[in-house]
Amino acid sequence: MLQSLHDLWYGFSIALQPSNLMWSFFGVLIGNLIGVLPGLGALSAISMLMPLTYAMHPVPAILMLAGIFYGSQYGGAIGAILLNLPSHPPHAVTCLDGFPLTKQGKGGTALGIAMIASIFAASFGITVMVFASPLLVKIAFKLGPAEIFSIMLLGLLAGGTMARGAPLKGIAMTLLGLLIGLVGTDVNSGVFRFTFGLPELADRIELVALALGLFGVADFLRNVNRIQAVGGGLRVRFRDMWPSKAELKQAFLPMLRGTLVGTLFGAMPGTGPTITTFVAYGLERKISKTPWRFGAGAIEGVASPEAASHSKTQVDFIPTMSLGIPGDPVMALILGTLLIQGIQPGPQLISEHADLFWGLIASFWVGNILLVLLNVPLIGLWVRLLRIPYRFMFPCALFFIAIGIYSTNNSLFEVNEAILFGIVGAILLALDFPVAPILLGYVLGPLLEENFRRSLVLSHGDLLVFFGRPISAAIMIVSLLIVGVQVFSALRARVRPSAVNVHAGH
Amino acid sequence: MIVLGLAAAVQGRAYSFGALQRPGPGFFPVVLGVLLGLVGVAIVATAQPMASSIDEGRYSREWRGWGCITLSLVLFVLLGKYGGLLPATFVIVFVSALGDRRNTVKDALTLALAMTTICVLVFWWALKLQFPLFTRG
Repeated sequence: MLQSLHDLWYGFSIALQPSNLMWSFFGVLIGNLIGVLPGLGALSAISMLMPLTYAMHPVPAILMLAGIFYGSQYGGAIGAILLNLPSHPPHAVTCLDGFPLTKQGKGGTALGIAMIASIFAASFGITVMVFASPLLVKIAFKLGPAEIFSIMLLGLLAGGTMARGAPLKGIAMTLLGLLIGLVGTDVNSGVFRFTFGLPELADRIELVALALGLFGVADFLRNVNRIQAVGGGLRVRFRDMWPSKAELKQAFLPMLRGTLVGTLFGAMPGTGPTITTFVAYGLERKISKTPWRFGAGAIEGVASPEAASHSKTQVDFIPTMSLGIPGDPVMALILGTLLIQGIQPGPQLISEHADLFWGLIASFWVGNILLVLLNVPLIGLWVRLLRIPYRFMFPCALFFIAIGIYSTNNSLFEVNEAILFGIVGAILLALDFPVAPILLGYVLGPLLEENFRRSLVLSHGDLLVFFGRPISAAIMIVSLLIVGVQVFSALRARVRPSAVNVHAGH
Repeated sequence: MIVLGLAAAVQGRAYSFGALQRPGPGFFPVVLGVLLGLVGVAIVATAQPMASSIDEGRYSREWRGWGCITLSLVLFVLLGKYGGLLPATFVIVFVSALGDRRNTVKDALTLALAMTTICVLVFWWALKLQFPLFTRG
């Protein structure tokens, strides 16, 4: 306990070093900006700036990427509340009540509440991270390859089935991601797999190309000529953002509940941010005494999902950093960056790279405070930015994507990969396949295979090894339960077709 | 239904690739391939009741947008190789901007020129990216 606080103090000394502070600030600023702009998300922002981090020291690099991640969430709420633009799926649910509030002239209040909920939830999430991570690490040291494999399998299963859309499609995408992850030289035998005779593919498919293809190019292909310019005449002043005492009181408990939902979902590997905010919103509506107000401008409907998304963001870092198992695609990208920097995330990370781990945690606090300071005076600027037409924005973004991919290896081959994945991604999106699990599968693929093979070597080829050790067996049973529940609910949905449309939103 | 056939084809392709691998390093690909094949079959099998929910109007065909975006990226690669950073930048912004019906040629031209200037300043002058401004391949 005391040790954690001491380490945290050390973390602040890292995070407040001028250069680290600068990169952290840069990260939250870019994240906030990208979050505000319609059609761009944290994923595309992080993958665009990832090439830049190759030349950086790991600490500022991670600080910056993490800053983009939570910064973009502040930005996403602005578009959702003021313009009804669910440019980022997790904020789609915020639109439901945020936009009606704007129409009633209370957009500023909604933004203020969202911001208070954000910083509250983020602080809670960070606190959980400070105290839970060292505990988790103690357990993690006892985990062998069999356990790691089981946890990853659980994460992939959860990621595939709990993404938006049909669970089967999610699983198919996870498998596709795992297959894409196999491309390249096999670590154990040196055999080239799925390289199609192209020497460039021996080095695996480039993470940046895959991510930007799936989340950048594919999104542009989908949105071109579809996103209409909106807004105009919107004015939010600094003064409007202070909620009244009654509103604060009304929002406080939902905020707390949202935070807890987010923390819980963050700790579970594989649960995406979108499901988290939908669950938080649904819970709030269910326990509310006045459920009819939801959808017509209930402040609770803004506070709870925003809090959930922020506490999840922070808690998400726990399994990524201490187990090396990313919970969602953004974490997968951050894990990828760590690996490229030569840092193996896992239980030894906290002791071997204490500066990185505690610096990151401290920077969360610094970054969140910076964000509030940024957002309050700059809200007018963000509102104006929201009006940049998509038709000007996407060509520029496309250029940044192309040059970003080029700069990872100074080669144009990766740009070709991105074109291919962009087209594939757009087709998959049009067919209602979630693309996020592909990235998760891609990053986890090699780790999964390695741990699988290692445990089989240790057990002399006995597949039951995954059920023989207690921790591994428990996780495997949870995995089987997830599959069972999905099959059961699918069968039930078939018997009662009316129950199919549970997914809120559009 | 065409949609579903396509999905099955994608799965089937992945399946046959997996099965071709040698057993040692090929173990994982084969397992994944088989699983993907099975899931693909399951998707096709369960998809019928949902077919009615596919809303045709939501996905209007945007050949101009799709064509221009893809073309602009392909041109970026080609011009990057046989022309250099400057023409490649200009073309990727110009062509992709034309993909949006509301952009006029003049809009696209202005945007492309502005981005090219930014590109030279940021990537060539400030970041010293290893990418020649002009080259002959």
